[in-house]
Amino acid sequence: MSTPIISARGVMKRFGKTTALDGLDLVAEHGQVVALLGPNGAGKTTFVRAVATLLRLDGGELRVAGHDARREPAAVRRMIGLAGQFAAVEPVMTGRENLEMVARLFGQGRADARRAAAAVLEQMGLTEMADKPVRGYSGGMRRRLDLGASLVGTPSLLLLDEPTTGLDPRSRNELWDAIRDLVACGTDVLLTTQYLDEADQLASHIVIIDHGKAIASGSPAELKRRIGGKVIEVHTRSREELSTVASALERLEQGQARVDDATRKVSITVGGAATLSAALKAVEASGAQVEDVALRQPSLDEVFLALTNA
Amino acid sequence: MSVVSLPASSALAQPPGRTTSMLLSTLQVARRALLRYFRNPQMVVLGTVQGAMFLLIFRYVFGGAVNVSGTSYVDFLIPGFVMTSVLFSGMGASTAVAEDLQQGFVDRLRSLPVPRACFLTGRAAGDTVWNLWGLAVVSAVGFAVGFRPHGGTGNELAAFGLCVVFGFAFEWLFIVLGLLAGTPQAAQGMALLVFPFTFVSSAYVPVKTMPGWMQAFAQNQPITFMSDAVRALALGHPATAELGHPAGFYVTWALVWAAGAVVLFAPLALARYSRS
Repeated sequence: MSTPIISARGVMKRFGKTTALDGLDLVAEHGQVVALLGPNGAGKTTFVRAVATLLRLDGGELRVAGHDARREPAAVRRMIGLAGQFAAVEPVMTGRENLEMVARLFGQGRADARRAAAAVLEQMGLTEMADKPVRGYSGGMRRRLDLGASLVGTPSLLLLDEPTTGLDPRSRNELWDAIRDLVACGTDVLLTTQYLDEADQLASHIVIIDHGKAIASGSPAELKRRIGGKVIEVHTRSREELSTVASALERLEQGQARVDDATRKVSITVGGAATLSAALKAVEASGAQVEDVALRQPSLDEVFLALTNA
Repeated sequence: MSVVSLPASSALAQPPGRTTSMLLSTLQVARRALLRYFRNPQMVVLGTVQGAMFLLIFRYVFGGAVNVSGTSYVDFLIPGFVMTSVLFSGMGASTAVAEDLQQGFVDRLRSLPVPRACFLTGRAAGDTVWNLWGLAVVSAVGFAVGFRPHGGTGNELAAFGLCVVFGFAFEWLFIVLGLLAGTPQAAQGMALLVFPFTFVSSAYVPVKTMPGWMQAFAQNQPITFMSDAVRALALGHPATAELGHPAGFYVTWALVWAAGAVVLFAPLALARYSRS
């Protein structure tokens, strides 16, 4: 197997009394989009900053494509591109100027920088706005430019720290498309997100972290499988019938049903595929009026809750 | 959005550990700093109007009440005013540094293969050019309200050059303040310390009218030496007789203070920047 693009072993980082990373282990192989998923304060950003050589670790070992992040920061920096939570682009400069500046800082000559900037603008769908000051850009365009700025150095590893935080759904989809295109071109990506659907959409490997530790990892499908089978969801006609349906399902599955009053839904995790008809019979027998019944994959929300509560 | 493969850039051909040169990266950071000033109409207009307004207030509101021996008040005032203008633009530098930290520019820069210090050298270089512009504007307004130097062209240019040097030297203090502050607002607050230092000096009024305890401070602080150095060079003989020492004395002391500021604050800035 080739050298992993990121390998972290027992990585520690403290800020005063707070432990941001508490012995985090993570291996990201080439050709994967790895999503770090976790709540605020889980240590996601701290880890990305460590990979980007922006902070010094207190312990453990962190290698990026085999280079030690602590001892060979220059080698790591030449391989990575970083796009942050804030769009670190300069509002008074044009999109093109922003990208050319970053390319020049990468050590490219004037002509190379111009070419790289033009190519990235095209790739990000910003060619038309290229020569306008960034202060006139929408939030989504700024974020795409920020992503572009992390690309002009032709990085082999792209670090995206909450790339779509604060974007409207349409801009979010556009940015997702842009990221997918990059992945198709062979760039490795490490991204952090609080959005489970974002990890589900983009990542081939998800690492769930909480309190500075990796608590679970695997492909989205593996993680869903880990909390067992599928989910049966019953939508009742009235709120009063929720508890009736819940107890009927619980008797059948010997599990804990989750009741959502607001949407009048009862859901329960089930083992095999044959139980849907059994569940339907049980609900019918309870006499409750049912609007809709669905058998579905557990959402990452459910995966996450199951893992962090454990 | 279409997929376009990037042209094979020279970055790919470069050895993995290579760092972009200090000069090149400093220039890029400096250029950005300057664009941020010059493309912000508020910065240009407000900075200019503010400087001109204070100059007019000193010249025409306070000026009539201030007596200086040996020269007119406008000739006394302008060298000190021009010199201290670099300190007031320094307040803007503190704010800009804090913004660069807060808005992610520093993060981006530090994730790039550039020398660590290039943020600091780039800021210092860019802010110094911005100072040059400010100095030119304030000097021009000075001439417009009646200031006439008598030191001879060479000395007058040297006086202007000294202002640039002081601006550069104290830029390092403002960078440190900006790095320490954390937020632009806090940086602006911290940079207010410019006020007591500039006013309790010989920059705008002769020190000898101040109470004794204050004179002790005013006589010995760097801004007095720097103001007097600029004044002595710009005004020539009558002024130097009034000051008590030849121009060389003030210039030497002022340069010692300036060097001291760089020696003290540049390493502090680097240490703080490396930690952040």
